[in-house]
Amino acid sequence: MISFRTCPVTGLKIESQAASLLRWHAVTAVVHFLIGVCAALLLALTRWQAVHLLPADWYYRILTAHGLNMLIFFIIFFEMAVLYFAGPILLNCRQPAPKLGWLGYWLMLIGACTTNYFVFAGKADVLFTSYVPLKAHPAYYLGIILFAVGALISTLLFFATLVVARREKTYTGSIPLVSFGALTAAIIAVITLVHGALIYVPTFFWSLGWMQLDPEVYRMVFWALGHSSQQINVAAHVSCWYLLAALTVGGVVLNERVSRTAFFLYVLFISMASAHHLLVDPGVGPAWKVWNTSYAMYLAVLASMVHGFTVPAGIETGQRLRGFTQGRFQWLTRAPWGDPGFSALWLSLVIFGFGGGITGVVIGTEQINIIAHNTMRLPGHFHMTVVGGTALCFMGVTYYLLPLIFRKRVAFYKLAQIQPYLFGAGITLMGIAMTYAGTFGVPRRHWDVSFTHAPFPVQFPPVVDLFLAAMGVGGILAFLGGISYCLIAVASVFFGKTLSDEEIRSGGPGLPPGVVRLPRQTHSQEQADEAHRQGNPGTVVLVVIFFVCFVLYYFTNWKVLSMLWKVG
Amino acid sequence: MIMFAIMPLWHWKGGQNPSGIRGRTTPQEFRQRTERFIQEYQVGTEKGIPVVQPPPGADLYLEASMWSWRPVLKLKKGASYTLHLSSFDINHGFSLYPMNLNFQVVPGYDYGLKVMPNRSGDLRIICNEFCGVGHHIMTGKILVEE
Repeated sequence: MISFRTCPVTGLKIESQAASLLRWHAVTAVVHFLIGVCAALLLALTRWQAVHLLPADWYYRILTAHGLNMLIFFIIFFEMAVLYFAGPILLNCRQPAPKLGWLGYWLMLIGACTTNYFVFAGKADVLFTSYVPLKAHPAYYLGIILFAVGALISTLLFFATLVVARREKTYTGSIPLVSFGALTAAIIAVITLVHGALIYVPTFFWSLGWMQLDPEVYRMVFWALGHSSQQINVAAHVSCWYLLAALTVGGVVLNERVSRTAFFLYVLFISMASAHHLLVDPGVGPAWKVWNTSYAMYLAVLASMVHGFTVPAGIETGQRLRGFTQGRFQWLTRAPWGDPGFSALWLSLVIFGFGGGITGVVIGTEQINIIAHNTMRLPGHFHMTVVGGTALCFMGVTYYLLPLIFRKRVAFYKLAQIQPYLFGAGITLMGIAMTYAGTFGVPRRHWDVSFTHAPFPVQFPPVVDLFLAAMGVGGILAFLGGISYCLIAVASVFFGKTLSDEEIRSGGPGLPPGVVRLPRQTHSQEQADEAHRQGNPGTVVLVVIFFVCFVLYYFTNWKVLSMLWKVG
Repeated sequence: MIMFAIMPLWHWKGGQNPSGIRGRTTPQEFRQRTERFIQEYQVGTEKGIPVVQPPPGADLYLEASMWSWRPVLKLKKGASYTLHLSSFDINHGFSLYPMNLNFQVVPGYDYGLKVMPNRSGDLRIICNEFCGVGHHIMTGKILVEE
């Protein structure tokens, strides 16, 4: 039985099965986020050397759980929700084969629960990467395989949706940019999941003693999964940037073709960029390293930089069309900073670009990796990309999904308004502190950097303690932001009253401004000409600042590297 | 464009590259090679770990295993050596403190890096790849003399 309702805000037709699948994936994502964020607090309080909370075995156990629940379970559940949104809902069509959708969902859930059980039972202290020949209980690998199969089913359903929508002509022209971005994410997801099968299935057999596995081959194929999966995140959250920009300030897409080409670059080059995890490995040669990490990776980075320009520029133009035309920056100063959808979008953009982006390109350079590999610079970098970028953006999306899809008010709206700032500030502080600590050679994934029981003691300079403390404080702030997010989401979904169309249209507390009055999405020719004449003087300044930071950081690192031992 | 060019350029002109001589080995073979190296150049023992002082230009063998680095190396400043890294069991990470020089140590692979210490001092090796519950006590030592 197919039933549709028409969204009172956007006019989209929403099919009940698609909405239901979306809701369950999103809620399950938040539950995994909750596990991950509690683990995060324990880890931050352990690595803050002055507190040093957990014992060694539990530190590594919780670290394993944190990585899996955040990087795999939370993010992929949420991405499946994004696919259901960008598929049947944005394309105005029915959900094909909803039963298969539920099969995918249950496989993912059973897989996630199995793996989590064996991790918390202490049967799989192998960390997220589970580098062979470090061995976990076979069920650990089996759980991840089930999860991946479930995700693959949901992804294939998204492709089926595209076919259905095209055949039933539920949209005109090409698919919307947000769906296009989601399509990119879905294609990368398939590549990723195939690599996932290629590595976890043999590892599962190996853990049962059925076959041999080479440690270096494992590392290479694992990262084809591990890093590509981060590109699903990037493609998905960039799509969400465009979505949030449109919903919150009527952000325009300046040039569809440029944005689409940039998405396409992700698909082409991202698997190869995974090579930057092996830059200081013995298994592969310099030509392979340089080729994959420069020529391939820089084209993927170029794609991110294109989005990093077009999204703020689209926001600027959208704001200028709404009348904020004074000076270079009135569009920014008069932006809806109290709208959690907008603040999350903007902070995500800034943290991802300035924090995660710059550090990522620099430490992914073949030689500079020598002074970065496995130090805290790594988690510093990816907390600013995945957490400050992806997770924060998804939080912003949540504040719009709650009224539009769940038909609920955002509970504790005042808290929701400060939540993105709290979370963003925490992650930024933590990311920067980790990056600096790593610059002194502080290792990541390490229980005790005071080396109390080590045969040859190592004494880091006192400033490292300061950075570790800052990391702890940042971690606590981010935890408070994260837990507020869970609280708001859970309270809204389970304890909120379902709103009628009339109530959503008439506004009231707990409804973000873009929901109450959706900014204009289409403009007349005169308006477009005027926008074109004004251009994006504000964004240009921001881009110049970005490049200055980037160049300074890049060459500082080469300078530091040149002072080391000669090695080659 | 600069970034495209600078990596190959550094291979040609720069002093720090992760290329090395890469070969296959087995944990047993590498252990034997390390033991031979220790017998040849041992000058003492520290904390139960042999201390070796090889001549400039020598091949150095450093074995990582859960949870120690063997042996302790005594090197000359300004002399060049080939440092062979491998692991006896699982992945480990070679991180030289305070230089912050990091390389991955993978069982079954011999990573031979040409090194030239440019300062004297009492250096530490930290393991920076998770290798089990004793990971945090896995430190080693390199002495560089004038």
